[in-house]
Amino acid sequence: MQGTQQRDWVTRAAILVPYLWLVAFFLLPFLIVLKISLSQTTIAQPPYTPLLDVSTGWDGLKAFFAALSPENYATLSSDSLYLWSYLKSLQIAALSTAILLLVAYPVAYALARAPRRWQGVLVLSVVLPFWTSFLIRVYAWVNILQHDGLLNQALIALHLVDAPVTWLATDTAVYIGIVYSYFPFMVLPLFAALEKMDNTLLEAAADLGSPPWRTFLQVTVPLSLPGIVAGTLLCFIPIVGEFVIPDLLGSSSTAMIGQTLWLEFFGNRDWPVASALAVVLLAILVPPILLYRRREARIR
Amino acid sequence: MAARPIVAFEDVTKRFGDFTAVDRLTLEIFAREFFALLGPSGCGKTTLLRLLAGFEQPDTGRVVLEGEDLAGVPPYRRSVNMMFQSYALFPHMTVAGNVAFGLKQDALPKAEIAARVDEMLGLVQLRPFAGRKPDQLSGGQRQRVALARSLAKHPKVLLLDEPLAALDRKLREETRFELKELQRRLETTFVIVTHDQDEAMTVADRIAVMNGGRLAQVGKPVDVYERPNSRWVAGFLGEVNLIEGHISEVYPSFVTFESESLRLRLPHADVAPGAAAFALRPEKIRISHQMPEAAAENGAAGVITDIGYLGTVSYYKVKLDSGRVLKAALMNEQRQSARPIHVKDRVWLSWAPDAGVLLSD
Repeated sequence: MQGTQQRDWVTRAAILVPYLWLVAFFLLPFLIVLKISLSQTTIAQPPYTPLLDVSTGWDGLKAFFAALSPENYATLSSDSLYLWSYLKSLQIAALSTAILLLVAYPVAYALARAPRRWQGVLVLSVVLPFWTSFLIRVYAWVNILQHDGLLNQALIALHLVDAPVTWLATDTAVYIGIVYSYFPFMVLPLFAALEKMDNTLLEAAADLGSPPWRTFLQVTVPLSLPGIVAGTLLCFIPIVGEFVIPDLLGSSSTAMIGQTLWLEFFGNRDWPVASALAVVLLAILVPPILLYRRREARIR
Repeated sequence: MAARPIVAFEDVTKRFGDFTAVDRLTLEIFAREFFALLGPSGCGKTTLLRLLAGFEQPDTGRVVLEGEDLAGVPPYRRSVNMMFQSYALFPHMTVAGNVAFGLKQDALPKAEIAARVDEMLGLVQLRPFAGRKPDQLSGGQRQRVALARSLAKHPKVLLLDEPLAALDRKLREETRFELKELQRRLETTFVIVTHDQDEAMTVADRIAVMNGGRLAQVGKPVDVYERPNSRWVAGFLGEVNLIEGHISEVYPSFVTFESESLRLRLPHADVAPGAAAFALRPEKIRISHQMPEAAAENGAAGVITDIGYLGTVSYYKVKLDSGRVLKAALMNEQRQSARPIHVKDRVWLSWAPDAGVLLSD
């Protein structure tokens, strides 16, 4: 009896660890950001007010809360710059996720159908670019896409264009960079879902009169749906907040929310507005995550 | 039986790399037949079924369905349906959805699909489970969904690939009879692949015994069991005592067979003098303590060395005076305590003159 209780206690403690982790490294930082978003900017160190001073006691605490105000959120809604920045981010994230899905699905399908002995090598080759720094890979794209870069040289050599095309600092460059960088995040969940699929299901569908393309739509796609959802979220959510790729490959017209946030933080030194931007971004991204969790729960 | 076969394999060969799964095989299956392909694993029986379903293409020869050469016809255009060994039910669809799948491919009117699905679920007694997903069913229920799904399109030929292999023994034995009954009622041609000879014998009108990609023997269950055409078939189907010897004399009315242990006088068979084996099923042998009349030419004396009690029957190992051991089986008609034969008893074995077969292959 003593032993069981002790084990219970150990189990509970083990469960507690990830929660403590979440509280310490997710909830607390978020509360701090939320607090800053309700503060006012000031020229000081740190550059916002009010500051919580425990030594002032109860009255100090009341004054602290009284000084918090949601006016930064009003600022966000009053200036269309922020709205456009959010919309641009969502647009880029949605479109590039869609492109990723279209490009990655056939690759994942081919991987899943490849002979077993090749699968390991092929999956590795999808992940291999990750062994070099992300930043270097994006800079490499700057090189490829620039005026006299590899892409233009190749296009001219193949007589597809007469003069160099401007790639850099366009939306296209941002899409190329994002699709390239997030490719494995889409391929791997799709591969995991497709690889699990029983081949005899495809034979059964054919046997019951379904030609290959209909089998794909009626059997393969529905059965890989968990992979599609996982890959979509895995790409869409971080792309919305993407900073490096649009910053290096895009222009001011492709300003995504990450860049606006950076500008507020480091350019304007307006921590409260930057924090408010971050809080709103989180609020935008939570619904799809919850939706996914609900779906997961329903499948199980 | 109709003169024209519904299915014909004509000199069909199928190789996988160096392995020849089906070797120049010719076979005809007739309409409304329950036909079994029986053989050990790797004998090519499943390949034969897959050739008919269209999942494999023959290297040489033709597969013909109702007079039409199936070469180049993809699986989804063949009016045969298959019940898979693993059932291959679509996990994301309900029971009704699975059964309706094939009908939807033919774009039948919704009302007709619903009616047919209901009919099929009634046939396999699964109406109350129409809305369930496959993973919410028991093994036996999944098996019936697979059966209903493969029958829903009223195929010209239903292919069953080890349909009962995943069921536990009791359910398997019950389901054999249900399958047979279903086939009789639907008057559809069934082709079943199995490695289980009891299954093949129970359900099939005709059995093709396969070995090494070839047909060893084709015939009614009683024919392949009672009159096997080779030592291999005799040994593969059930228990058999194979006594090697030679046919010494052939007379118009009888032949004589001699071996180290036995000298037999057998009714005339279509045999020539030379090496042969005498195949005798254990259950055809009678055991008695007294020397039976006329045992001289169809019997032998020996000592019981071992008794295996199996409930319905007991197997007796009898060591003949020549040293040769024969296996005999007796129904346990009496309670075991009353069983009169014991180990070390000296007994006489006897059998009817036509109880065994002479095999030269």
